[in-house]
Amino acid sequence: MPDSSTTYTSTPATDDLGQLESGLDNLETGSRQRPSFKSSLLKLLSPLIAIVAVIVIWQFIVYLQWQPEWVIPSPKAVLDSLGAQAEQDILWQATFGSIKRAAQGFIIALLVAVPIGLALGLNKYLRAIFGPLLTGLQQLPSVAWVPAAIIWFGLSDATIYTVILLGAVPSIANGLIAGMDQIPTLYLRAGQVLGATGWRKIRHIVLPAAWPGFLAGLEQGWAFAWRSLMAAELIAVSPALGLGLGQMLDIGRQLGDMALVLGSIIMIMAVGVLVDRLIFSPLRQRTLRNRGLAR
Amino acid sequence: MSLTGGARVAPGTALLESEGLAVKISNVTKRFNPNGPDVLQDISLSVRPGEFVSLVGASGCGKSTLLNLLAGLEKPTSGEILTDGAPTLMFQEPALMPWLTAGKNVELALLLRGVPRKERKEKAQRLLSMVHLDRSYNQRPHELSGGMRQRVAIARAIAQERKVLLMDEPFAALDAITRDLIHEELSRIWKETGLTVIFVTHNVREAVRLGQRVALMSSRPGRIIQEWNVDIPEPRRLDSPPVAELARVITDELREEIRRHA
Repeated sequence: MPDSSTTYTSTPATDDLGQLESGLDNLETGSRQRPSFKSSLLKLLSPLIAIVAVIVIWQFIVYLQWQPEWVIPSPKAVLDSLGAQAEQDILWQATFGSIKRAAQGFIIALLVAVPIGLALGLNKYLRAIFGPLLTGLQQLPSVAWVPAAIIWFGLSDATIYTVILLGAVPSIANGLIAGMDQIPTLYLRAGQVLGATGWRKIRHIVLPAAWPGFLAGLEQGWAFAWRSLMAAELIAVSPALGLGLGQMLDIGRQLGDMALVLGSIIMIMAVGVLVDRLIFSPLRQRTLRNRGLAR
Repeated sequence: MSLTGGARVAPGTALLESEGLAVKISNVTKRFNPNGPDVLQDISLSVRPGEFVSLVGASGCGKSTLLNLLAGLEKPTSGEILTDGAPTLMFQEPALMPWLTAGKNVELALLLRGVPRKERKEKAQRLLSMVHLDRSYNQRPHELSGGMRQRVAIARAIAQERKVLLMDEPFAALDAITRDLIHEELSRIWKETGLTVIFVTHNVREAVRLGQRVALMSSRPGRIIQEWNVDIPEPRRLDSPPVAELARVITDELREEIRRHA
């Protein structure tokens, strides 16, 4: 007689499929690892290594007394010069003045570039007609527009914004077009099946799908806006234009104050790095992570 | 609604209703090039509401072209296609939007269907539960396995509330174990929703396992050469003897057809 413990009865499965699937799902999706605090901190601090290395080499060259102090000032002299400007409130006025201008110019450029990019990305005829013009504008250093802008608008804000726009708009528009070109056909077909047409197709399928390329265009657009602004500030110097880092650099040149010149250059670079670290880099990381493209 | 021309929209639906059909393909021929060969030749197929029809055929039989015609992504060269409302289409790839979470992918279908914002989240959650993905609402497509992604795609297709679901080899890229489970899932959902399904595959057993009817297509030109009713009771499995038996009969026909091209 069989022992009761050896008789097998099939238990009625309540939701057998659900259980099977969640089992398989768990087997197929490994646990994700978040980057540790230590590795994040390391990543944040590692650029400091390059900065320290540059300062050490710089200090060493100064120590050799290869060139006089007015040609190659020491790091400390540059820092003191920036400190002196900061005490007179000039440093912050110049820095924030420039950032504010660049940001405003960039936003205007964005408003101009997005409709242009969308139109050229969606319509192959418009693209064939205006595409080369846009690329030509992108190739041209926008500082080339400074003389023209001064003749048209004089030493005014209009001159500055014109130069920023001519620098940033082609990059942003071309970035959006490149992003739209790279959209996999599959997403467009899926969007079509889901019934996305007209503006809703642009809003829910095209723009999000084109975002990685568009973001690259935005980064380049910002870099061009910032460069163009510095070039414009350096050339168009006038009390009417207020203070910017470009003007500060020009003051240094006029005074033959190499410490101030180098200090201004460092500030211009620092703003560029800071904007990338605080705005574009996080956006880029987030985009790559969300779409499973991060390595 | 006819997808072949705007003018025939209303009469199409009325015609389908009067004949008790969900899909009616009448003498459809498709050429991509006016002087080129027929990709599809004189295809006629009627599908009743709630029916599950599998289409099998070797490469070059124009299965995908036929689905694109049904979905309205392309137009037939001649003949007429009537469907009960615009169908939805599932691809071999899940085609989820990588910038949206699983839940938001389903919500996108709801949004484009005009479901008010407030109701979307709850509805999407329910649809995900239906495919046993209750906990995946906030997961991104790349965090899901292939089978899970295809189940999200099923949930998204159901969210559209179309009457006809077209499936273009949706499980071809899945491994055998995953495919086995998703077959069961699809069968259950089909019964629950009463959808009309046209399922294209080149896996004959899969066609028999899922379909109430299997249509075999020839290649170059694509024609429907034979149909079988699948009178095998559920629950069926890929390895059920009657499924294997009918699959063998169909495979023999399919081989005969392929041999013609030698």
